[in-house]
Amino acid sequence: MTLTAEGREKLAAIFPPERLFFDLADRLSCSYDASFGDYLPEAVAQPQSAEEISRTLFLANEIRLPVCPRGAATSLSGGPLPVKGGLVLDLSQMRSRLEIDRENMLAIVSPGVITADIQREAAAAGLFYPPDPSSAHVSTIGGNLLENSGGPRGLKYGTTKEYVIGMEAVAPTGEIFRTGGRTVKNVTGYDLTRLLAGSEGTLAVVTEATLRLIPQPAARRTLLASFDRLHDSGRAITGILGAGILPAAMELMDNACIRAVEAYEACGLPAEAAAVVIIEVDGHPRAVEDEIHRCAELCREAGAGMARVAADDNERDAIWRARKMISPAITRMGPTKISEDATVPRSRIPEMMERLVAIREKYRLNLVVFGHAGDGNLHPNIITDKRNGEEMRRAEDAVGEIFQAALELGGTLSGEHGIGLMKAPYMEKELGTAGLAMMRKIKDAWDPHNILNPGKIFPEPGQTRIRLTG
Amino acid sequence: MKAPAPDDPTGFTNPAAALFRDAHEGANRCIQCGYCLPVCPTYGSMGRETQSPRGRINLVKAAAEKRIDIAGDMARPLDLCLGCRACETACPVGVPYGEIFEAARNATAAATPGTPGPGHRLETLLLRHLFPHPARLRATGNLVWLAQVLGLRRLAFRTGLPEKLFPALAALGKVAPETDSPRRRPTPGSVFPARGKRRARVAFFQGCVMDALMHRINRLSIELLREAGCEVVIPVGQTCCGALHSHRGMRAEAIALARRNMAAFETTGADVFVSNAGGCGARLHETDHLFAGDPDREPRARRFARKWRDLSSVLDELGPLPLRRECTETVTYQDSCHLRHVQNVSDPPRRLLRAVAGDRYREMRGAADCCASGGIYNLLHFDESMKILDPKMHAARDSGATVIVTTNPGCHLQMRLGIDRAGLGDRVRAVHLAEILAECVWDNDHLRG
Ligand SMILES: Cc1cc2nc3c(=O)[nH]c(=O)nc-3n(C[C@H](O)[C@H](O)[C@H](O)COP(=O)(O)OP(=O)(O)OC[C@H]3O[C@@H](n4cnc5c(N)ncnc54)[C@H](O)[C@@H]3O)c2cc1C
Ligand code: SF4
Ligand code: SF4
Repeated sequence: MTLTAEGREKLAAIFPPERLFFDLADRLSCSYDASFGDYLPEAVAQPQSAEEISRTLFLANEIRLPVCPRGAATSLSGGPLPVKGGLVLDLSQMRSRLEIDRENMLAIVSPGVITADIQREAAAAGLFYPPDPSSAHVSTIGGNLLENSGGPRGLKYGTTKEYVIGMEAVAPTGEIFRTGGRTVKNVTGYDLTRLLAGSEGTLAVVTEATLRLIPQPAARRTLLASFDRLHDSGRAITGILGAGILPAAMELMDNACIRAVEAYEACGLPAEAAAVVIIEVDGHPRAVEDEIHRCAELCREAGAGMARVAADDNERDAIWRARKMISPAITRMGPTKISEDATVPRSRIPEMMERLVAIREKYRLNLVVFGHAGDGNLHPNIITDKRNGEEMRRAEDAVGEIFQAALELGGTLSGEHGIGLMKAPYMEKELGTAGLAMMRKIKDAWDPHNILNPGKIFPEPGQTRIRLTG
Repeated sequence: MKAPAPDDPTGFTNPAAALFRDAHEGANRCIQCGYCLPVCPTYGSMGRETQSPRGRINLVKAAAEKRIDIAGDMARPLDLCLGCRACETACPVGVPYGEIFEAARNATAAATPGTPGPGHRLETLLLRHLFPHPARLRATGNLVWLAQVLGLRRLAFRTGLPEKLFPALAALGKVAPETDSPRRRPTPGSVFPARGKRRARVAFFQGCVMDALMHRINRLSIELLREAGCEVVIPVGQTCCGALHSHRGMRAEAIALARRNMAAFETTGADVFVSNAGGCGARLHETDHLFAGDPDREPRARRFARKWRDLSSVLDELGPLPLRRECTETVTYQDSCHLRHVQNVSDPPRRLLRAVAGDRYREMRGAADCCASGGIYNLLHFDESMKILDPKMHAARDSGATVIVTTNPGCHLQMRLGIDRAGLGDRVRAVHLAEILAECVWDNDHLRG
């Protein structure tokens, strides 16, 4: 216990009782996210202003209280878990501001605003906010910024960090500061905006963000292609990108994934195919028309058994529906889902797929693969049951081997879900001793007492493998 | 839900073990993705995870695993749940929230025997002594929440209702509709022939509150069914559906009521059983859940459950109704949660309304979101309920509608309350779907009485 009665009183001086909880039920409700593990915080506060957060962090330094920022807790990597106890700062209710500046094509938002609400408001103003994690209707923009979340559109439009140009934030030591501004171009000093994007709540608490919006694409077309050999799907993807077409999305599903979706809800996917690929292009109507048919041709040339262009919006929706069904379909297969998002250079996708098949066989696991193939971001998912200790240990080994494979192929541990807890032990392998040390220096300088979201990103001394079991 | 152990049917001796048996497997299916958060009305109004489906499921799981105390830690957040089950529809992995919720309510009741919680006495009065007794309910007429405040106060005084319930009772009493004259109440045992060619034989569920206090709506429903070609039987011996009992952890009572209804309806030989109240229909539709794991009764209960249909889907399927009058008002529809999320009926009422109102049918913002009547939730948690109702009335006003249509008596009354609170009483009225349809099928004279 780090929080004493005196500490509680000091917190109560900052927050009114209806926004500060010490009850077991309230604390237990902030002990989880969408990954693993339960870590009970000692208190939960729901700040409404940067000032409250600033005072909280000053206090936290004084009494050495761990503070964990939390959005909607949909993190798949343990980001908001209070692993060292302390205070959970629940930012989901800090959402008073959602302003669209049409003239400058900007959105100014509070951290607790739901991503889909930004997309909707932007669209209402004829603008487009492209980052589209599947969790967009639940997750907060704060969480998206701090995990640097992406989605299918990442290939053409990039991830969240490509759209944030300014922030207001509170440093771990309590100072309120601003980064960037309202201009798309800005080279005044270090780019702290980019540093904070993806920092997983370890360097600052973000209290406001300025996002860049772009014009809505006028048209889009979608196709579905199936392949008898995994390798061919990889060739189709590189073939299309090599032909100078940049699709808005290129999504891949392996056979296990296709079967899972079809078993869950018949979406008309070819159950025997080794892989299917969904391709969407957007832009000017005439260019789009041209490109989608060129994509279909390139798929066939690479060996696609079928390449079908959606004739209308209904057919397009049907194709995307199959993609959206993946998550529910595979979670139906077992109570525990370990979602990885190791990412490789896209030319290495076929190889990575083959490595994954080998890992599935070696560890006898229910391993399903889908992902944003265009940018090399694969989502191998292991479906298991955390009550089965023996299988969980095999899963741990498999996850380690997945990371190893990604690194060997020149890739990275995480494309969009973040490091959090589970991947921390592998950081040094990817970054090298010096690379990791440079990062740690930043953390130490900003947060000398290690009070902001401790236990994330950086491995504990001597920790070299993940532990899924207790 | 598994069958209750014969020696401990309601889990009284070991509530945590019963909770584990009834809810743990389901709760454990939750992957904590949070997809249910945006649809939960209490998460929206209270803004804390503890009052969200994900939070509640986690609390139930923890209580079943004896990590937290049922009465001390789990009970209150579960008590503040509306039971609207919007979370169940939103859940990508099919977590059976309804079952978890009922198991939690049973466990709470078992873990707190004799402790009169907030509103406990009112609950006992309504659920044990009033709703299951048609005659008593009819005699009470316009007492209780459907009555005048004076009568209520007397009743309240006699039964020792807590003072803090008065504002809620007063508010609801004020907007309760006039009770209809008992003269034209459809009597059990009657058979109403179809008009024109007979296309189906249906057994009609009168409900307890509906029957005693809003039986005009029942009468109109029966007339509409006849108009659509149904021969309508009113089974003898039918009783309260038991939905509120299940929601409040009175499992034994719910089972007893279900058995009486099964006996009453099965003998009618009807093709389908029709309810015009979303909440009752939902309970009847899931009768088999009450007998799950009981090899003798479950199959029979399942056959019974499968026969239930809502009035709106029967009319929608057999229609079109012969419309003789055009609807000249602007109409909107407020979903009944249990009709939408448990019975999966959301299009038929809308199609029927579009048929009578055409362009003057307007979809209101958040029509699918719970109105927070929640059985007797609005009585037990008046302030929390109003925090959800008041914003809904803004949406209703913005829709420009002068008629808000509902398909459940609780929602109906709550809409009346909302209209009153928003000061819209002179412009906007709340009606049951059967009423507005009837207005367009017959001239006014036929409706009187
Ligand atoms: C079903 C499902 C599908 C998903 N799909 C995708 C996907 O397609 N693409 C993708 O990239 N991710 C996906 N995710 C992962 C997750 O939704 C994202 O990481 C999301 O950005 C997390 O947002 P959140 O609001 O839930 O944040 P949380 O999970 O609460 O927090 C995430 C991190 O941000 C920190 N944080 C949150 N707010 C602040 C703030 N204001 N200041 C400082 N730190 C803060 C937390 O400490 C934590 O480290 C998915 C998750 C689920 C459950
Ligand atoms: S039943 Fe309704 S109020 Fe209760 S948790 Fe589910 S969505 Fe929320
Ligand atoms: S949507 Fe379903 S799985 Fe996801 S948190 Fe809610 S109940 Fe759990």
